[in-house]
Amino acid sequence: MESNLTNRRIAEYLSQGKRFDGREKLEYRNIKIETGISKNAEGSARAKIGETEVLAGVKLGMAEPFTDSPESGVLMVTTELSPMASEKFEPGPPSKESIELARIVDRSIRESHVIDLDKMCIKKGEKVWALFIDIYPINDAGNLIDAATMAAMAALLTAVFPETDKEKEKIEYGTFTTKKLPLSEAVPIAMTFYKIGDSIILDPTVEEEEASEARLTIAMSKDKKEEVINAMQKGGSSPMSEKEIFHIIDSAEKEFGKIYKTFEEQIKSK
Amino acid sequence: MAYTKRVDGRKANETREIIAKVGVIPRADGSAMFAFGDTIAIAAVYGPRQLHPQFLQNPERGILRCYYDMMSFSVTERKKPGPSRRSNEISMVTTKALESALHLENFPNNVVDVFIQITQANAGTRCAGINAASMALAHAGIPMKELVGAVSVGQIGGNVVVDLIKEEEDYEEDGEKMATDIPVAIQLKSKKISLLQLDGKVKPAELKKAIEMAREACEKIHEAQVKALKEVKE
Amino acid sequence: MESEKIKKIEENEEMEIAEVPEEHEEKKREVAVPGDVIAKGANFLPGEGARREGSEIIAERFGLVTYEDRLVKIIPLSGAYMPRRGNVVIGIVKDTTYNGWLININATTRAFLPITEAKSFVSKQEEPSSIYAIGDMLVLKIKSAKLKGIDLTMADRGLHRLEGGMTIEINSNKVPRVIGKLGSMVNMIKTETNCNITVGQNGIIWIGGEKIEDELLAKEAIMMIAEHSASGGLTEKVEAFLKKRKSKEK
Repeated sequence: MESNLTNRRIAEYLSQGKRFDGREKLEYRNIKIETGISKNAEGSARAKIGETEVLAGVKLGMAEPFTDSPESGVLMVTTELSPMASEKFEPGPPSKESIELARIVDRSIRESHVIDLDKMCIKKGEKVWALFIDIYPINDAGNLIDAATMAAMAALLTAVFPETDKEKEKIEYGTFTTKKLPLSEAVPIAMTFYKIGDSIILDPTVEEEEASEARLTIAMSKDKKEEVINAMQKGGSSPMSEKEIFHIIDSAEKEFGKIYKTFEEQIKSK
Repeated sequence: MAYTKRVDGRKANETREIIAKVGVIPRADGSAMFAFGDTIAIAAVYGPRQLHPQFLQNPERGILRCYYDMMSFSVTERKKPGPSRRSNEISMVTTKALESALHLENFPNNVVDVFIQITQANAGTRCAGINAASMALAHAGIPMKELVGAVSVGQIGGNVVVDLIKEEEDYEEDGEKMATDIPVAIQLKSKKISLLQLDGKVKPAELKKAIEMAREACEKIHEAQVKALKEVKE
Repeated sequence: MESEKIKKIEENEEMEIAEVPEEHEEKKREVAVPGDVIAKGANFLPGEGARREGSEIIAERFGLVTYEDRLVKIIPLSGAYMPRRGNVVIGIVKDTTYNGWLININATTRAFLPITEAKSFVSKQEEPSSIYAIGDMLVLKIKSAKLKGIDLTMADRGLHRLEGGMTIEINSNKVPRVIGKLGSMVNMIKTETNCNITVGQNGIIWIGGEKIEDELLAKEAIMMIAEHSASGGLTEKVEAFLKKRKSKEK
């Protein structure tokens, strides 16, 4: 039950620099990532931030390339906000929220060029690899956007090509090669900043999300030793001042390295 | 050449390894996970809650709505996201399998929603879904006469077996499909059958034997469900 | 001092109406799942959450088995809030109509507060929205709870609009544990954390203190009770936890 009283207390406490669960303003809850959680997928992962849990899977198919890029593979990112994750999600066709989430993750991946789609060609102009990333939040305890991006990236980083027949005409589903996808070092990490009163926080709980009036997602990656911003998305009903946005950009730059390191450690430890 | 030995070495009446856990989705009112070997299902229950729109309400008792779906990557060839005809049918038979075990008379105009997702599939998915849903409903505090257990039985080349894997479902000899798949759900105290479907070719005597074997296998499933519920930290 | 006494009396008023299982506190009880045989023999009678089948008593809810002489029943650990006449609940104003307010009290039926049951004297010219606005949190009492709908009132002592503080939510089945025998548990928490606490039978709890840290400590204690409601010796455990935490802060 959303409570105005609790919302006010959260804002009040934040103005003292404190959060209900004792975290710092830009501190993430415990991040835990498992890969290879679904055997039939070419790549899969479970990402947990606190109790927020998202599953993601990578499936490969074959498709005709787009006419304006006859040598590029095709990438498609979808998200289903299953009603199992929250009483706020309704069954039915994808809601605007689920489409927004998918598109934020899509842009983060596409713009970072972490996947070299030009290396996903099978026969120029005729046949290319189709890369499907499907994301399923299964428990919403706040901050789905960041968890969804981590799950998608973890699945991608550990994905392999499936076996095909000799002529590369079709895929032998269920059998896998050991060949990983053509990926670069530029792994995107999404950081969604939430505004509550005059305070800006990262990784909100459900209560904190309910108390917030606006959010700004910044996806960053390391492009040849330089940190760049690949995607941004502002959400929520209140506007933000230029000062607030600059503060967020500075914070993103400051925090990116730390979060990326945590993400990397989690992937490597599996 | 008959199917005398199962591909994974199991006995005819042996299920795959069963894993059951309750409380896997904290936000839901009740939740559970159930696995037959490689087939993994998770279920979340929300309700009883008010049902909108009003014309769907039943003024005499609450309704149960089950939604079964498979995650796109749970199968070898990607399944397009969103409900298919198959998942709609399974949602319906799942609802029927669980409905008769519930006491919804005290919740007129309300709905209990159950959401089932298959995260990894190797046959027997609807049964794994029902097993997870049954635990999740109990966990959610829905008044129930008894738990419900489900397992797929069948015959392959004349042999009656329990808990078929995909390789067994697809088993062919000389290009002819030799396996019959029979999902069965049983209310675990009254032993009444609440789901029964069949796909293939089976002799009546074989079918009876298969149903008996389903009943026995469901006892193991029941044990796992009870253990998972009793172990849950509130 | 006087206001504290009044608060204690108001809590006790809640006690008379609420069902507080007497022995619930200290014994460790067995967990039952639907379909379990929890008693055998013609001696026993099935209570709430159980049914008779021949010579057996069968559980129909996930919860703790409890015996009251020959009566065997289940104390649920989960499940929807079942509203009862006289329950004091906390709700949020969802909507205003021409003659009252629709209140969300987490019940499975609609709950309505008629303007005639509002706290202050209401002249016929006043619009409901000028008295209570959408989003206001109120402490109310259930005047009648029927399948068709719940009627609420604010006209009794101790019922009011909430200001300040914060609210938390637990499963309504855990409320008796949070209150304790004759209010012993909640009063102990109030004393140790220096907070006012109003416990709604519907599982919504309001905590108000001078410092937010105190409110958060009370919240932690209550969540601990909700998580371990099946355990015994809970009052001592919670008291020890609170004392330890307070001494750390010094």
